[in-house]
Amino acid sequence: MSNWVEVCAADDIDEEDVIRFDHDGRTFAVYRSPEDQYFATDGLCTHEKIHLADGLVMDDIIECPKHNGRFSYKTGEAKGAPVCVNLKTYPVKVDGGSVFISI
Amino acid sequence: MSDIVIIGGGECGARAAFALRERGFDGSVTLVCAESHLPYERPPLSKATLIDALEPKLVADAGRYLSDGITVLTGCSVLAIDRAEKSVMLSGGQPLRYDRLLLAVGARSRLLPDMAEAAGRIHTLRSHDDALAIRAALHAGGSLVIVGGGFIGLELAATARMMGVDTILIEGLSRILSRGVPEEIAEAVAARHRAEGVEILCGQAISAIEDGAEKATVRLAGGRTIAADLVVVGIGAVPNTALAEAAGLAVENGIAVDRYLRTSDPDIFAAGDCCSFPLDLYGGRRVRLEAWRNAQEQGTLAAANLMGAAEPVSNVPWFWSDHYDMTLQITGLADGATTTVRRPLGDGAFILFHLDGEGRLLAASGIGKGNAVARDIRLAEMLISAAARPDPHALASPATKLKSLLAA
Repeated sequence: MSNWVEVCAADDIDEEDVIRFDHDGRTFAVYRSPEDQYFATDGLCTHEKIHLADGLVMDDIIECPKHNGRFSYKTGEAKGAPVCVNLKTYPVKVDGGSVFISI
Repeated sequence: MSDIVIIGGGECGARAAFALRERGFDGSVTLVCAESHLPYERPPLSKATLIDALEPKLVADAGRYLSDGITVLTGCSVLAIDRAEKSVMLSGGQPLRYDRLLLAVGARSRLLPDMAEAAGRIHTLRSHDDALAIRAALHAGGSLVIVGGGFIGLELAATARMMGVDTILIEGLSRILSRGVPEEIAEAVAARHRAEGVEILCGQAISAIEDGAEKATVRLAGGRTIAADLVVVGIGAVPNTALAEAAGLAVENGIAVDRYLRTSDPDIFAAGDCCSFPLDLYGGRRVRLEAWRNAQEQGTLAAANLMGAAEPVSNVPWFWSDHYDMTLQITGLADGATTTVRRPLGDGAFILFHLDGEGRLLAASGIGKGNAVARDIRLAEMLISAAARPDPHALASPATKLKSLLAA
């Protein structure tokens, strides 16, 4: 029972980068990997609710802009202090040049 | 080696304890905490704690120490280190043996010359209990005088204004944030505070601060007298070196350690706010940093070296400070810079890059709403770490991605 929501055009996200996506009172971070794949996670860091989309993407890691907490944006896994709670991830698809996430 | 004792229950000591276990250390780990709380994060003390938090934001909950087999002694201090016996004397009177010892004893609030301690309506802000005492005295329509235009004082001013407190901030030098913050950024911070209603008085010497039953009184050398419900003195921090000095360890603007965080005794290490260390990236210059991330990184590094590794300090200094909805971030050390390049980021945000005579990037400082400068400051940190000589025109142009300079 997936609910696919259109995020943006595929070209709107640079390679190895992230954008913020707000929908229905929730906020998400949508990523494009160096290998040109797309991923999505909850938008806020699990440490202090900071928007991850202001952070830096390096390879498969998103780093929180505030306290440098790191997660794998592909799996949501927290990669060490100060973050210890994993990020929730969401399925993503690219269809007709647009990015969709399932929420 | 089977027993490691960590003195100091702050961010640094707690991180060191966990890092020992993460690296597989299977001996005993004892964390000695002078405060009655488990280790907690200090950055919220000048912000959220004053508004809505009665409980400290713990680095980890009690269960984590239990499951990691870390013995935490709260409300316990160390009176002396016996280096010959390799033991520390606890405040309860018992000795505690160590094979290796980590001093993560932090810093304390600097006091005014004729001030014995914070008391009555005159406060300092360093601990959770300090924050609670200030919180209890702050209320809308009340009045606050802050002595010192550094980060603690300014963050407190922002929080106080958000709570509707009349706030006057007094700085002895000709501008706020004179230590390590470029003038243009300090001016942006000052302008915002003034717009929020903080009265900032620079170049003011204080002749006396008097506690009183109704109000505290601050007398300026220029003749002005200011009465307030409370006065907070935020004029910097002093590293806690007494224990190390009494044990005969080298001290030089903090407990002196080498690039591996080792003191002059090879079985005793020091990390965080309390120690000064040589920074290879800046020609081995000896520095002492008072910053959350440094405490965390050095705690982790100390754990490795306590276990016998020889990993040098390599991180680039970095810190942040929050004022209203603005965040300032600084990375690197700008001393010795000859050129400044400005990168505008829109909506008033900007970054200043500081380069030396050979074009090497030494530091970057930025300010903006929310985390507007965070990503570029992080990339600047990586450029500094790589000893990069980025093209100044590229730095100045917001159209040029800093990430592309890193790959170059």
